[in-house]
Parts: sequence; structure tokens; C-alpha cells
Amino acid sequence: MEFAELIKTPRVDNVVLHRPFYAAVEGTLCLTGHHLILSSRQDNTEELWLLHSNIDAIDKRFVGSLGTIIIKCKDFRIIQLDIPGMEECLNIASSIEALSTLDSITLMYPFFYRPMFEVIEDGWHSFLPEQEFELYSSATNEWRLSYVNKEFAVCPSYPPIVIVPKTIDDEALRKVATFRHGGRFPVLSYYHKKNGMVIMRSGQPLTGTNGRRCKEDEKLINATLKPGKRGYIVDTRSLNVAQQARAKGGGFEQEAHYPQWRRIHKSIERYHVLQDSLIKLVEACNDQTHNMDRWLGKLEASNWLSHVTEILTAACLAAQCIDREGASVLIHGTEGTDSTLQVTSLAQIILEPRSRTIRGFEALIEREWLQAGHPFQQRCAQSAYCSSKQKWEAPVFLLFLDCVWQILRQFPCSFEFNEHFLIMLFEHAYASQFGTFLGNNESERCKLKLPQKTMSLWSWVNRPNELSQFTNPLFEANNLVIWPSVAPQSLQLWEGIFLRWNRSSKYLDEAYEEMVNIIEYNKELQAKVNILRRQLAELETEDGPHESP
Amino acid sequence: MEHIRTPKVENVRLVDRVSSKKAALGTLYLTATHVIFVENAPDTRKETWILHSQISTIEKQATTATGCPLLIRCKNFQIIQLIIPQERDCHDVYISLIRLAKPVKYEELYCFSFNPKLDKEEREQGWMLIDLSEEYKRMGLPNNFWQLSDVNRDYRVCDSYPTELYVPKSATAHIIVGSSKFRSRRRFPALSYYCKDNHASICRSSQPLSGFSARCLEDEQMLQAIRKANPGSDFIYVVDTRPKLNAMANRAAGKGYENEDNYSNIKFQFIGIENIHVMRNSLQKMLEVCELKSPSMSDFLWGLENSGWLRHIKAIMDAGLFIAKAVSEEGASVLVHCSDGWDRTAQVCSVASLLLDPHYRTLKGFMVLIEKDWISFGHKFNHRYGNLDGDPKEISPVIDQFIECVWQLMEQFPCAFEFNERFLIHIQHHIYSCQFGNFLCNSQKERVELKIQERTYSLWAHLWKNRADYLNPLFRVDHSQTQGSLHLPTTPCNFMYNFV
Repeated sequence: MEFAELIKTPRVDNVVLHRPFYAAVEGTLCLTGHHLILSSRQDNTEELWLLHSNIDAIDKRFVGSLGTIIIKCKDFRIIQLDIPGMEECLNIASSIEALSTLDSITLMYPFFYRPMFEVIEDGWHSFLPEQEFELYSSATNEWRLSYVNKEFAVCPSYPPIVIVPKTIDDEALRKVATFRHGGRFPVLSYYHKKNGMVIMRSGQPLTGTNGRRCKEDEKLINATLKPGKRGYIVDTRSLNVAQQARAKGGGFEQEAHYPQWRRIHKSIERYHVLQDSLIKLVEACNDQTHNMDRWLGKLEASNWLSHVTEILTAACLAAQCIDREGASVLIHGTEGTDSTLQVTSLAQIILEPRSRTIRGFEALIEREWLQAGHPFQQRCAQSAYCSSKQKWEAPVFLLFLDCVWQILRQFPCSFEFNEHFLIMLFEHAYASQFGTFLGNNESERCKLKLPQKTMSLWSWVNRPNELSQFTNPLFEANNLVIWPSVAPQSLQLWEGIFLRWNRSSKYLDEAYEEMVNIIEYNKELQAKVNILRRQLAELETEDGPHESP
Repeated sequence: MEHIRTPKVENVRLVDRVSSKKAALGTLYLTATHVIFVENAPDTRKETWILHSQISTIEKQATTATGCPLLIRCKNFQIIQLIIPQERDCHDVYISLIRLAKPVKYEELYCFSFNPKLDKEEREQGWMLIDLSEEYKRMGLPNNFWQLSDVNRDYRVCDSYPTELYVPKSATAHIIVGSSKFRSRRRFPALSYYCKDNHASICRSSQPLSGFSARCLEDEQMLQAIRKANPGSDFIYVVDTRPKLNAMANRAAGKGYENEDNYSNIKFQFIGIENIHVMRNSLQKMLEVCELKSPSMSDFLWGLENSGWLRHIKAIMDAGLFIAKAVSEEGASVLVHCSDGWDRTAQVCSVASLLLDPHYRTLKGFMVLIEKDWISFGHKFNHRYGNLDGDPKEISPVIDQFIECVWQLMEQFPCAFEFNERFLIHIQHHIYSCQFGNFLCNSQKERVELKIQERTYSLWAHLWKNRADYLNPLFRVDHSQTQGSLHLPTTPCNFMYNFV
């Protein structure tokens, strides 16, 4: 297919662009295969470059022959184009519609994008499972790398390499895979060096209504327990939902068969419930006309912050089991690709200082989201303005980022990255020039040959130039476990995401800049003090001999 | 001291919601001014001091196996639970505190015994730190349009006003006195803020005694005089900060609001801020929400909405913004009143001043602002904050709301204020603490009669001495946020639910 077929009118003059915080601009609108571009063709006036894949929905209306297209983006921004001429307007609208909903991944922009920067480090190789395993192997020899899934035959949503207990062989893993949803047998998610406890994750056990069991499964997860120790299974579904899952062949671990494990149910919502919540929240944030009661009412009715609370609570629980109770944890919901990953990754943010660094957080996203098989392609296909409600669309990753932001806000000095870093990840998960978030799992990415054909987001982000804007100036390495408060008073609406286009962040940005200046100045002074101290010490040693008679 | 039934109880447990979940074991002391709890833990011997005047309510709870719990709610919203082993001790402490927390004479208040070890001269200097006549000079007064009036010398016209007041030059004593007779509690229109750049001013008063049809020539002349004092505008706004319904109901009692037909060239405007009773209940509801034991997000947001607290905060901000815009953008003068003109009017005038003039966003300027719009204009501190035992229906968090408005502004303009959140918290604390004399009584007249300045110390000097603790590091005099008016958006989503 040629993009030219979809672009009936590639260029329209005298189009007026309205967007948040800028005065209206008149200019020429151009459509390319991947971008909508508006240029005023004057020097020093900013142009608009919008990826078609960032477009969530469009509305069009006409007054006489003047058409208006309202473009609602996946990052929640709303822009408006006034286009003279009904035909041009209709053509543009239908082209945008077609170009923003391309079926084939290989037509997406990352396959065409040619970076303008020099690649210092290829992000596709920045976070290899072998390297991650190295980090553990100094502390423990109870785990091993398994290549059982090399061909993606045992579990299509797992990466080729996983970490499993040393005592369990690949044959047993194959058997366990048949007993777990989607073949997702329990694997290591996190090893807590402080006390050797671990977080594992998996899909639900396929016990069904007749209470099927699997000896290898029991053996596998018991293999992770130290002698005489008990562990916790955190099921991210309510008991009721977990029980209902049995009718569909799923289920949960029976106490009788897993006597060393205590099961705890935490109810985290999934799928359309989350999507509805996002739609309601963004609608409430966009409506500037309502009064205080209505705003608070709508904020409450959206339930978004309730989801944040639930997820954080479950993550705190898992972290508590590890750090306070000294017990290992297995986490799963149904598939083990959504709420499970929210909980395992947030628990690591709480427990592991490294995951609060930029590099460590990237590794966490790579390991716990991309390689763990969170279906980004499906979940992020649409955002808050979509009307075609598909079951698989859900802001699972955005909720995770929101939770990270809440912890960042409560511990402003413990993270190496800042809020912009989280916002950037949100944007790229939904629309990007990079291939990192394409596909639903490693198997798909492999087939698409993403590492060969597209650029990795990490290749760009980890350049020193880019890193500087994502670095938290307040960061001071904090090697402690950080316990966020999950009380409703402590959790807030993430303004940087949800009010981003409704309220200018000018004053807050100025404050941020001011803070950076103060810190820089402080560093300068500190350096001066050090120099003076050194000089003083030198003078003192020089003076030494003179003082003696 | 005669009210203390038992000065010391041992083996008391203290539970507070902030520091730790575990109760601390220690000894409880009752003194004439404080409740003191000293932990037994030998390495720390941590002390908790609570002023009697900070105590809002004391509640005896059902006895448990560990002892008799006593719940103390403080006016700075701190909540402390004491668990006392013996029922009899608990009762003694309870009875003592009930009395100690409700002094009946000013002399019982802490400021009359508080001694910061300053000599007489230092104390006098402390009181001179904030000087309102200097402040009016800073505004550019007196000038061709405004003059200092001595009409209220010896509080002859209005006993809740200060003696030094600025009024339009064309307002003769006759007009002022005439106008005062037509205003509730004789609180005639007087200057609160003057903008020397465009001559627009903010004046304040109480409601007119208009009833359904009464008029007063002098009052009409007074408003004319205010209008004429601003050559840049041919009208003035009259802002009634009450809900329209309340103002109309007042007419039946011979009070009410200005009739546009009788006053030439006024634009009349209602801004519905609720009265002190609604605000008291709102705070009560909000504190109940905050006290909920592990509420869900839904419970919390619903409770917050239901309390109406943020709605009221927004109403005050909206009113302040309306006035600031009238002054800075339209160059029009504004007369603000509510019923008596000492609660909502004080809130709104001070928010508007804060928005308009960067001086009030500095440490000293903020002290001046409170001194001007609250203390000098007779905000009834004693009644509103229950310093002495009195009518509970008079109590209302009026200045707390103003302080929250300032905090909300600080959240939105982090570089605009020279002071930080701690400064606000300490001011709020001392409004209730009665450790300093500034906020005593209901009017300047009462304070003078009580010889406050000779017998107590000034909070402002204390805060100024410790100003290093209260500086906002993001503040720079040459920063754009510290220049001119603040333009704030007041859509509801801009308000945060954090609390001072």
C-alpha cells in the first residue's frame, strides 16, 4: 500500500490552528504518511508536527464552507484546525482517520524514522537478561537462566530467557506451563538482596472446577522457599472473581495443595473498567465550566484515584511481605500481564533503590513490562477519547506511571528521574518514533525484527543531552526501602498529565528552574569551599615548620 | 493554679497519629499554661507540649483494659490521645482541662505570663516593628484624594474601628458621621488599600441599614466621595460578599444592601460567600473526613465534596480576584462589605491586596496585611477563635480560610512569596495560642484598654527574629512572579486538598 493513496489532499493553505496555550496560527497544512504538519512559513514561528498515531479521535463540523476538524490526541491534548473549503476539509479528515488507524504495524512511523542523532549506545542491547542475572548471581546461586522458551513455544508472551529456581529443570517448566494461564509459569521477578526473599510472577493456575493440580507447579514454587519458611501468594483479583475464573478453566492455588503458602486477594480492576475510568477523568479535567462540587463529584465518580490506591496498596503489601515479614511472594491475577506487572514493578520501586535511578527504572520497564509481555500494542491502541470500546484497551501502564509519580511526589529526593521522564514514557507508549513499545511481547517484536528495523527509545533517552532534562536535581541516593502513604489525603491528581493542556504550567516550571539554579549555585559554592579548604590545609602544612622555634 | 486537680500522672500512654503507631509511655504534667507529656524512654525523653488555649475539645472515651482514654482535639487540628491507667486520675485531668481550656479572664491567657526574657525596650521595639502609618505612607498617602481622618478619635464614632483611618478628602466629618449612622455597628466606608498607579482603591464597611426603602444622604455622599477620589473611573463597584438571599433577608431586619437607584454611578455585585455558621459546620465536616479511620478514596473525595470546604475557599478566592481585577484591569474603586464587615470583608480585602501588591507577599508585608485588614479593622479574634470562654456560635475558622487561600496561591505561584508554608502554620498556631498579645480581644479599643502592648509581647517581632526559618528559597525580588498582580485561574481543578 502506498500512503499516497490515503492522502487525497496533501496540502491546504490558509488553515488556522488553535491549540492550548498558543495564539491561533494561520498557515499551510501538509499531510505526510506519518505526520500532520502545520507551518506558518514565517521565521521563528513554531510549527506543529503531530504523529498520526498520536491521534485518538477526530470530530468535524461545518459552518458554511468553513470546516473545522477537532483532533483529540492520545496524550489528551485537543487541537482544532479551521480549514477553508468543504472538500479539502473532508479529504483531510478522512486521510487523518485512515492514517491514524493503520492496520499493519510495519507501516508505523518507527519503521520509517531515521534518527538525526548519533547513536552512542544501542538501546536494544542495553538491558539484556543475562546482565540482569549477573546482578543477582553474586548474591545467590539458587537461581538459573532457562532457555526453555527460546523458540517462544512454551509461553508465547514470555521472553526467550527467564530466571527460575536452579532445582527445576526445563522439562518440569514445560509441564508447569501447561498448568498456568497462557503458559506463564512462575518466574523470578525480583530478588531482595537484603534477606534473600523473592517476588515471582505467573499466570493463574488452571485448576478449573474439578480442582486440577500439578505436582511440578507445587514443587517449583516450593523450591523458592527457604526451609521452614512460608510464603504469600498475592492474587490481584477478589476471591469472588478468582472463584468465578474456575468456571472458565482458571482458578487459584488451593491451600491443601500449597500448605506452605498463604493466599491474599487484592482487588485491582482491569480492562474496560480502567478505560472507562480514564475517559471519565479526562472528560472531567477538560470541562472547565463546572463548580467545585461538580468537579470533586466527577473526580470521585471517575474512580481513577481509587485504582491508584488499590494498586499502590497491593504493591505495599507485596513489599511488606518481603521486607517486613521476610517471606517470598508469588503474584498473579488472571493472565499475569497487567495488574500482576503493576504490583511486581511498584513493589520493586519501593524495595530496590536501583529501580529509582534512571538506568534502573529503564531496566525495570524493560524487564517487568516489555519482556514480561505486557501487550502494549493492544492496551495503548486508544486513549481517553476513543469511542470504539475494545476489551483489550486499558491504561494499565499509565496507572503504573501515575503510581510511580505518587511515590515520587512523596519522596522527592529519592528518585534520579523527574516527572518529565514519566510523562515522556507515557507519550512514547501511545505514539512514538521509536520501536520500543511496538508489539505485544518479545515474540512479536522478534518477528517484526524491531531491533534491526527500528530505533530503541533508550538509544535516544540515554544520550547525555536528553538525560539532563529527565534528571531530578534533588536526587540523593537513598538506599532504604521507601514506604509510600496510600491514605487518600496523600494521593493526588497527576496534574502534569491530566491538567497539562488545561492549565499553564508556567509558574511551576519557573519554580523548577529556580530550584535547579539554587542547586547549581550551591554546588559551585561547595566546590569553592573545597578549594579554599585545600589551600588552607596546604598553607598550614607550609606554615608548620616556621612556627617551631 | 486552683483549677489543677492533679499536677502529675505517671504511666500515661500517648498516641498521636503522626509520629508512630506505637503508644509512648511517659508522665503527664498539668501546669497553669500547658499540658506536658514526657516520655520515659531514657535516651530521648521526648516532650510534647500543648497549650491549654490550643485545646479545642476534650473527650473521655470508654475505658479499656489499658486504661481510660482521653482524646484531645487541638485548634491547630492536632489530635492526641492520652491513656491514663486510673479512672480517677483521668477524671481529674479531664475536669482540670475542661476548665483550663476555657479561661474566663484575659489575665488567665498565656501571653500575660509568657516571658521571652526581653527587656522593656526590646518589647516596645517589637511592637513598633509593624507600623500601619508607615504602610499607608508606602501606599502614597496622604495625597490629593485621601486624608487621615481623626473622626474616630477615642473611638467616638465606631468602637470596632481603629482611630487612624483614611477617608476621601471630600468626605467631611459630617458625611462620615452621617454615613456611620446608616451602617451596621457604625462601620462606615474607610480605606483598606490604595493603588497609587491608577488611584483605584479598595474600601470596606458594613452593610447599610437600608431596610426596604430607607436612604441616607450622607452615605450616598460618602460613596460619591470614594468615586471622586479616583479620577480614572466614573463609577465604583459595591461588592456585597454575601449570598443574595442572605442580604435580602437582612432587609426585613432594617439592614440590607445598596439600592442602585439611590446611589449614583455604582455597580452593585453579590458574591456568595457563606456566613460564619456555615463555615464552622463545613470545617467540622471536613475534620470528620480527615479523622476517618482508613477511608477509601471514594469516602474521602465524597466527604471532601460534602464538607463544602473547598467550595468556600474558591468563593473567597473568586471574590478576591474579582476585586483585584476591578482595581488593576478596570482601574475602578471597590467598596466591599458583608453584614458587619469584619469577617468575609476582611478575607476578601486581604486576598485582593495579596493578589494586587507584591509587597504583601513578603514576610513583613504579610504581617502588615494581617495587622491592617484583620487586627486594626476589628476582626473579632477573641470570639472567632474562642480565646476566652464564650458563645460557641461565634466561633468560626474565618482567618484559617484566609490562610488556606494564601497557601493555595503559594501552590500555584511557588516563586511569588517570600515566606514559606511554615510561616503560615506558625501564624495560624499563634492566633489560637494566645502566647503573644497581637490577636487578643475583639478590637483595637479593647486592646488599648487592656494595655496589651505594655503587658505582652508581639508575635511579629518573634517571627521576624526567626525569619531565616520562614524564607521561601525560590523567592527572588527580581523574579517575574514577584512583580505586579498575580493572575490566577480559579477553575475548581486548580484547588488542592492539602491542609495547613
